[in-house]
Amino acid sequence: MDFKDMTAVELSKEIKAGNITVKEAVESVFEVIENKEASIHAYVTLDKENALKKAEEIQKKIDAKELTGPLAGVPVAIKDNMCTKGMLTTCSSKILSNFVPTFSSFAVEKLEEAGCVILGKTNMDEFAMGSTTETSYYGVTKNPVNTEHVPGGSSGGSAAAVAAGECLFALGSDTGGSIRQPASYCGVVGMKPTYGTVSRYGLIAYGSSLDQIGPLCKDVTDCAAILETISGHDKQDSTSVERNDTDFMSALTTDVAGMKIGIPRDYFGDGLQSEVKEAIMAAARKLEAQGAIIEEFDLGLVEYAIPTYYTIAAAEASSNLERFDGIKYGFRTAEDEGLHKMYKKTRSEGFGDEVKRRIMLGSFVLSSGYYDAYYLKALKVKALIKKAFDDAFSKYDAILGPVAPTTAPKLGESLSNPIQMYLSDIYTISVNLAGLPGISVPCGFDSKGLPIGLQLIGNQFEEKKLLKLAYTFEQK
Amino acid sequence: MANIISDETIEYVGILAKLELNDEQKEAAKQDMGKMLDYIDKLSELDTSDVEPMSHVFDLENVFREDVVTNGDTREELLSNAPEEKDGQFAVPRTFD
Repeated sequence: MDFKDMTAVELSKEIKAGNITVKEAVESVFEVIENKEASIHAYVTLDKENALKKAEEIQKKIDAKELTGPLAGVPVAIKDNMCTKGMLTTCSSKILSNFVPTFSSFAVEKLEEAGCVILGKTNMDEFAMGSTTETSYYGVTKNPVNTEHVPGGSSGGSAAAVAAGECLFALGSDTGGSIRQPASYCGVVGMKPTYGTVSRYGLIAYGSSLDQIGPLCKDVTDCAAILETISGHDKQDSTSVERNDTDFMSALTTDVAGMKIGIPRDYFGDGLQSEVKEAIMAAARKLEAQGAIIEEFDLGLVEYAIPTYYTIAAAEASSNLERFDGIKYGFRTAEDEGLHKMYKKTRSEGFGDEVKRRIMLGSFVLSSGYYDAYYLKALKVKALIKKAFDDAFSKYDAILGPVAPTTAPKLGESLSNPIQMYLSDIYTISVNLAGLPGISVPCGFDSKGLPIGLQLIGNQFEEKKLLKLAYTFEQK
Repeated sequence: MANIISDETIEYVGILAKLELNDEQKEAAKQDMGKMLDYIDKLSELDTSDVEPMSHVFDLENVFREDVVTNGDTREELLSNAPEEKDGQFAVPRTFD
């Protein structure tokens, strides 16, 4: 039996049954990493020595029946914007090139408590700003399905690591589609939970009102198990929501008969690759055959989501990234002539172009004289977008559509035109603005063999409906 | 491009953002920001005169707690990440002569 092809839940079962040890599992994944990492570059940091040490500790706890959960013993990867105690955390930026956190993020702690072994930190767009993982200071990640193409972003390293078998699953973060879009491009499952479901404690902030942590994994069962493990109330995050319905694995059933699914006509306009459209419609028919009721409707406001997002996200980023000043941690310029000069030099040398672009835009839209016209206006449009979703969910259990308009673009084609790159997030971004859960599930390939992703969007706190539909869709 | 960003504006944004740009970067930033604002101006097509701005999707309330220290003394750990330290404190370049 080849353990490498197993899902996380399957591997954990084999470990608990004594058919493979945690150490053997970790070593076998490192074998894959050593073979593939040179061509994929999914990771910024790897720590084999520590992983093997942890593997032995976890094995003892599994043998003593102290660890019995569905993810016990599973080797995993963490996006490099989540703090990991004692392990380099760079956000794929030069400005954090030497930052070793003194604490771990809540989600990482939850995985460690569940007996997961952290292999390393995955590459991403710098500070999660980008849609291709090409803005990383540490070089691009390549799509394991076809290495001439991008893996998507910003959680591109996490998606690529899962797709290449360089981990069993990974955590990512999603501010405007950064879990779902790379999951779609790499042919894996990815989920952004309802805002507030997973604590943001220890997640290096980009757009705080939009950021959520979630899983990138091999199937929907793993997705439910991971989400169940990392969710929960945390008093360290004031936006963390108290939920008593986080038993997500209970949603892994196929009783979708009678569920109402809306397909937004406005998700199928110009710019949508025809093969993507066909695959999505085929997916809808498959759910219909299982008894779901499919209906087309007009969601509205779709073309306003991206400008709204960039205003709000840039504003929040300009504030959140003020903390990188070369004093408490990270990179400091060699030119040391006075405090104020040092701040400016450190930030100018430490941040990449896309990060600077968004910090400047954010500073501008928040500045006096422009605040009402830009920032406040965007918050008002956000309210309208939320209302459009509220109306939709008064009629439907879920919304079905594509994750992205096209399959993965080629490396090097996106960065020259930022606005064009931003369009790859057109179907995912409004989900963050409205705080909703969304899942990306593989649903076919285009003629070049590149994966296509199906997106299911749910109302707030209705992850279970999405998991049930996705699980049903996944069945042969 | 409908939005023309002036030298004064980009200078001001540089101060707010604490970024130092050379002349070439300034020109590029002016172009970039102009294009982005043209794109964002699309929002003005929508009448939002009766809409309340929404900062959070939930009715979040402030979370209060007693002001009690719960973590231990982590000074050494925290300083281990500092670019420069002196006498157990963060060291910064001189702020005035």
